Formats: sequence, structure tokens, C-alpha cells
Amino acid sequence: MTFTDWLRADRLPHIYCAGCGNGTVINCTLNAVDQMGWKKEETVFVSGIGCSSRAPGYIVTDSLHTTHGRALAFATGIKMANPALNIVVFTGDGDLAAIGGNHFIHACRRNIDLTVVCMNNMIYGMTGGQGSPTTPPGALSTTTPYGSEEPAFDLCELAAAAGANYAARWTSYHVKELTHAVLAGLRTPGFSFIEALVQCPTNYGRRNKFRQPLDQVEYFKTHGMLVEKVRRLHEEGREIPPDTIVLGELARRNRPAMGVKR
Amino acid sequence: MRHEVRFSGFGGQGIILSAVILGRAAVMYDGTYAVQTQVYGPEARGGASMSAVIIDDSPILYPKVTDPDILVIMSQEGFEKYGVEVRDDALMILDSSLVHTRPRCRYLEIPATREAKMTLGRDIVANIIMLGALVRATGIVKESSLERAILDSVPKGTEDLNIRAMKRGIELATEGRVQ
Amino acid sequence: MQGNVACAEGALAAGCSFFGGYPITPSTEVAEHMAQRLPRKGGTFIQMEDEIASIAAVIGAAWTGARAMTATSGPGFSLMMENIGFAVMTETPCVIVNIQRGGPSTGQPTMSAQADMMQCRFGSHGDYSIIALSPASVQEMYELTAAAFNLADRFRVPVFLMADEIIGHMRERIEIPDSVPKVERKLLKQGVLPFHPDDDLVPGFPQFGKGYGVHVTGLTHDERGYPCATNPRVHEQLVRRLVEKVEGKRHEIADYRVTNPDAELVFITYGSPARTVEQVVHDNPGKEIGHLRFRTVWPFSENALREFPNARAFLVPEQNLGQMAREIERHTSVPVIRLPRFGGALHTPGELVAALEGLK
Repeated sequence: MTFTDWLRADRLPHIYCAGCGNGTVINCTLNAVDQMGWKKEETVFVSGIGCSSRAPGYIVTDSLHTTHGRALAFATGIKMANPALNIVVFTGDGDLAAIGGNHFIHACRRNIDLTVVCMNNMIYGMTGGQGSPTTPPGALSTTTPYGSEEPAFDLCELAAAAGANYAARWTSYHVKELTHAVLAGLRTPGFSFIEALVQCPTNYGRRNKFRQPLDQVEYFKTHGMLVEKVRRLHEEGREIPPDTIVLGELARRNRPAMGVKR
Repeated sequence: MRHEVRFSGFGGQGIILSAVILGRAAVMYDGTYAVQTQVYGPEARGGASMSAVIIDDSPILYPKVTDPDILVIMSQEGFEKYGVEVRDDALMILDSSLVHTRPRCRYLEIPATREAKMTLGRDIVANIIMLGALVRATGIVKESSLERAILDSVPKGTEDLNIRAMKRGIELATEGRVQ
Repeated sequence: MQGNVACAEGALAAGCSFFGGYPITPSTEVAEHMAQRLPRKGGTFIQMEDEIASIAAVIGAAWTGARAMTATSGPGFSLMMENIGFAVMTETPCVIVNIQRGGPSTGQPTMSAQADMMQCRFGSHGDYSIIALSPASVQEMYELTAAAFNLADRFRVPVFLMADEIIGHMRERIEIPDSVPKVERKLLKQGVLPFHPDDDLVPGFPQFGKGYGVHVTGLTHDERGYPCATNPRVHEQLVRRLVEKVEGKRHEIADYRVTNPDAELVFITYGSPARTVEQVVHDNPGKEIGHLRFRTVWPFSENALREFPNARAFLVPEQNLGQMAREIERHTSVPVIRLPRFGGALHTPGELVAALEGLK
């Protein structure tokens, strides 16, 4: 089997824009799921609302496309009622960190056995490009026309502080690393959080000087720095550029978890 | 025969539990009907607390106490709120250690809180003393039924203390005189 | 037994195996009792971070085949509304208990009300229909909670137990039956599209984990379950079916009690005011005072009103300004007299007798 066996061929073409990074993340995730050897009938994909959350509709397993921000609460119900099911949640930055922020930290605190893949495009893509909790300061969106004046959330730090067993960040450029991180998350009992920065050429790139989709991918490549290196520079008292994207595993531990298959 | 009993005191005295125990004695051990209701505010302790029980031989339709024929009053505030406007033929059992006013209706003075503290060493069982006195003075449920309902309802390890409190209440009511 | 405890016991008797909830007065005893009892019966109790998450978890659990329930009151009920619409749209069987208190907003947390009857029917956005029951005794807290699960599974809708604080917190005698009737949730037949309805307009249930590979979405969807949100025909067909599968069966779902059908003056009640009317009827022997008591409030069965052919007036005591009275008015030319009583107190028999005297 390959990851394409997990796709619902009769739903194609998909709704994503040309150049969108979400497809890469879906492929990486399905690749990891495929490597786990899970059966389709034992796997459930859950999502909320937004571009990222349309992903389960393209996957052949049972899937629940829920309300905005609430995917983790629905997934908690599924997992607690039937721990034998493997559950992957697709979400985005607005869905997870704005409207769903409370469910996010509580799912981390419970350390419930879910794997959450967040496609962070730093913007509300589906509604046409409004600022989100991860829009970087200064970035332009339809609701931050003079540049965002709010600090952004660091989703991995948030997950780690709230109690998740696993947190990692990669981007749509880092296909192998991202696949590996999702795989590590799927293997980890408890709450696993994988943040994937993705380009949104239509609603983010266009307004923020990334003329071509690949320009933003290139930015991920040049601005990414492994967490180990960031920590070393920090210890040595050396300067870390403020627009650095910290990559790699930010948390990996074995706190007691809920909903683990016995 | 329908009896309407109203309990009042302050939160923490076990006013609601008293009503629950009395209702339980009636339903579970006397085989009659009972409905227990309450009025409560946000306070878990302090404040005026009120609970009520209706006991009847036949099923109870209207569940609220409007004109009680029996009152158990355990605080001055409770008296002022629920003990002033009562019918003339009602009987009020009042905790004379805490209630300083006397009603127009018939009443029986039971120094329950003082007795609980002095004789039994725990003022927490004052409500059980009042229950013992109530049942002796009115016969509203059998004393054996009350005893079983108390045993069902109190925390493990306090059964003996509570039964002694009930018996003390029965004694006080036997010695006392309805005025 | 207390009403709220009887509700929890009725749910357990019906095989409820999942409870997700959040503490709120005056419903909390339902959650507390489930927290104590469910784990020992092999079920799951989870206290969620809010009521939005509670109903979400309940819906998620329902898709694994569980009989799932939550319990709340006014403010929490308001928070649940969006996901209740999701349950309607995805045809998820679940039970929602509302022990009603005084509102709007924080209102009267410890006092009784019946002012969420319209919110229960119409509170989420869009056109839809649901089923709601209203108990008037501790016994009915038990029986109707158990019945709610059967209705939820049969019609694949959220079913509401619309109780009030008086019934929820009252303790009275209850007879626990050896067992309660149980309707099995009809599973989807192989080879049938997951949202293709049977003759009863209800599709078979494609339970998660059984290999159906079903996509469940709150978007307008076709019979495959696939999003189809811009096709007016698909949307209209879906919404009409969601409404019709309940409303078309309203006379069958209807559950009411009739006393003195030849009476000219007829009280119509549900929930705790029924107890006052029963007292009034009892205290005035004869056939002059009629009483129609709804145990099912939604869908509303107008046939019930025809049980009283001689009715000259319908008197409707409610713990609100006349929410069900408004519904009754839509279905009759008989004058409907609203008898609102709120602030937490229950109508007294004297008040209702006075209302009758005014009509004689």
C-alpha cells in the first residue's frame, strides 16, 4: 500500500489553490499513517473548519468534519468512547489557536492519545485572508491592513507548556522531516502535536511579498533553524535573528496519557 | 393525612439533609409518600436555608409547601424569614439555643445546638437532635424508620454519634412541654 | 430519590455509556451521579472544559456507537447551540438534558424556569426539527430520560429532556422497573449510500470503526456524505428531509395525558406546573376542569388539542411568559389564556383556581 491508497479518488479534484502547501502536509501525514500499518477501518480523521479541515473529506477512512475550533473536543469524545480507534486531527492556525484555543490547551493537559497536524498558514485562508493568532507582527492581511500589531502564538511552545507528550515544527519545504515527525507523533502515546508551516500564495504570499508560491517555501528553507542550534546559540549568548523559524522536536516525553488503547 | 414540614436554619446546619432523612424515613420505611424540596442560594455555608417535606398516605400532587403544619427552626434569621407567618394550629420545634423570638403558634423548645456541643461534643449533630424531637413530638414517622433513614444518610463512622443525637432529641421532647 | 439522580439512573438503565459534561447549577447532580456510576459500569465519564466541548464530545462518542448524553442548564445550553445544529445536520443520535433555571444570562441559577422551550426548538441556526420531552415527576425523570435514547436512536436526532429545577431537585418516591424498553440503532446496510434514507426518511447509521469509510460533515452533503454546499436542490432536499423525518411522525411521537376530555375549561401543562393543575383537579372532583399534560413538547402535536371538543378556553400555566402558549395559539381558535409565573416559584393551586373563577 502507498499513501495514495488512502485518498478518495472520487472526490478529486480538491478545493485547494494552485501552489497551496496543504497538499504536501496531507501527503506527508498519509505517508506516515501508511507506514504505521494501520487498518483503514480502525483509523478516523477529524477536523474543524478552514482550508486544512477539508482534508478528511479526501481520505477514505471514517471522518468527522466538525464545527469551527471544536475538532479536538469531538475527537476527545471519539477516543474516550472507543480507544481502539486511531485518531488523527487536521486543523489550522485559526481553528486551533483562536476559536479552538481552549480545547487545544485542555487536550494537551489531558494528554489524550491523539495526533494533531496543524497546517499553519498564518492567515484565515478560506474566508479570504484575515489575520490569525499566528500572523507575524507586521504582516499584512485584510484585517491588518497596516501590518499586524499583535504578537503571534508559538503553537509548539503552547502545546509543550500545556502538557503534550510530543511537539514538533516543520514546514512544507521539509517533506522528509515532516513525515518523520508525524510518524513519531503517531507512535507516541498521548497528545502529539505537529505544526507544519505552509505557504498560502492566494491570501498570505500575495500580500506579503512572496510573489510566487515557491518564494515562501524558499523563505521557510532559509529562515528555518534546528531547535538544537537555537538552544546552543542561546547558551553561547549569541544573537538569534527575530524571524527565525525554530524547527525540530520541541517536546518529547512520557507523561501519563488518556485514551490510550489497552 | 397530609403533613407539611418546613425546616429552616443557616447553611451548614444540615437543613436540607434533615428534610431528606425525614422524607426517606417516610417513603422507604413507613411506606407512605413524601416529596422533598428546598430553597437555596449561592452560599454553601451561612445564609438562610430552607427545605421542606410533604408526607402523605396518598400520592402527592402539588409538591411545594405553602402552609406548613410543622416547622423546625434552627436560626433567628430562619425564624424571621420562615417562622413568623404561620398558621395558629401549627407546631414549631425551635432550637432555643439559637432562636430568641417565640411564635404565635404552639411551640416546643429544644436546646439542640447547646446539647449537641455540651452533651455530645459535636454541634454538627444539632439537626439530628431536632429530628429526634420532631418525630417524638409529632409521630410523623415511626422512630425506628427515622433511625434507619439516619443510618442510611450519615457518613461512615458517625452512626453511633448520630443515633445518640436522635435519642437525645427524643428525650428532650419527652421532657419538654408544648407551649 | 432526587430528580437529577433519577435522570442519571434512567440513562444508565437505557444503556448510556458516555457522559460528557460541565458543572452548572441546577443540573450538576446528573453529572456527579454519572461520574460515580459510569466508570464502574465500563462506561466513560469526562468533565470537559466547557459546554461547547461537552456536546462535541458527546457527538463524537455517539459516532462510535455509544449512547451518549450531556446535562446542563441555561448558559451552558446557550453555548451548546452551534453543535446541536451540527448533530441535527449529521443526524447524530444524542441526549441533552436541560434542568431549566431563570434567565436571561446568569439570571437565577438556583431557581426554576421553563424559559428555554423555544431555544430548544429553534436555538441553532437554520431550519430543523428536534424532539423534546418534559418530565413532571421524579419517576418521569427516569422514564423519559430512558425514552429519550430510544427516540434519538430511532430518528437520529438530538433529543432534549427539558426539565426544570423543581423537578430536578425534588426528591420523591420512585419505582425502578426491572428494565426499560430499548430500540436498537439501525445500522447502515452494506451497499447503501451512507445518507440515503430508508422509507422512514432516516438513513441507517454508518458507525465509525465498522469499515463504512463514511465522511460526516456539517456542510450540506449529498447521499454519499460528500460536501455539496452550493447546490440549492441538494440543500433543500436535505433540510426538508431532516424536518420531515420528525414532523411527519409528530402524532406518533406525541405523548400526552388527558383528564376530563368533556371539560370546557382546560389547563395545558408540561413539567412542574402540571403538579399544581393535578392538585386543582383533585381538589375539585367532577368533570369540569380538563387537563392536557404534554410529556412530549416537540414536535408539537396539534391533535392533542382536539381531545377537548368542548373547550371554551385553554389555560396555560408556564414558568415563562408564554412560550408554549404561543405554539398552542397557532393551532386553535379556542382562546388561549397565558398564566405566566416566574421568578422561581411554582403556581399555587389558589392562583389557578382564581384564574378559573375569572372564566366562570
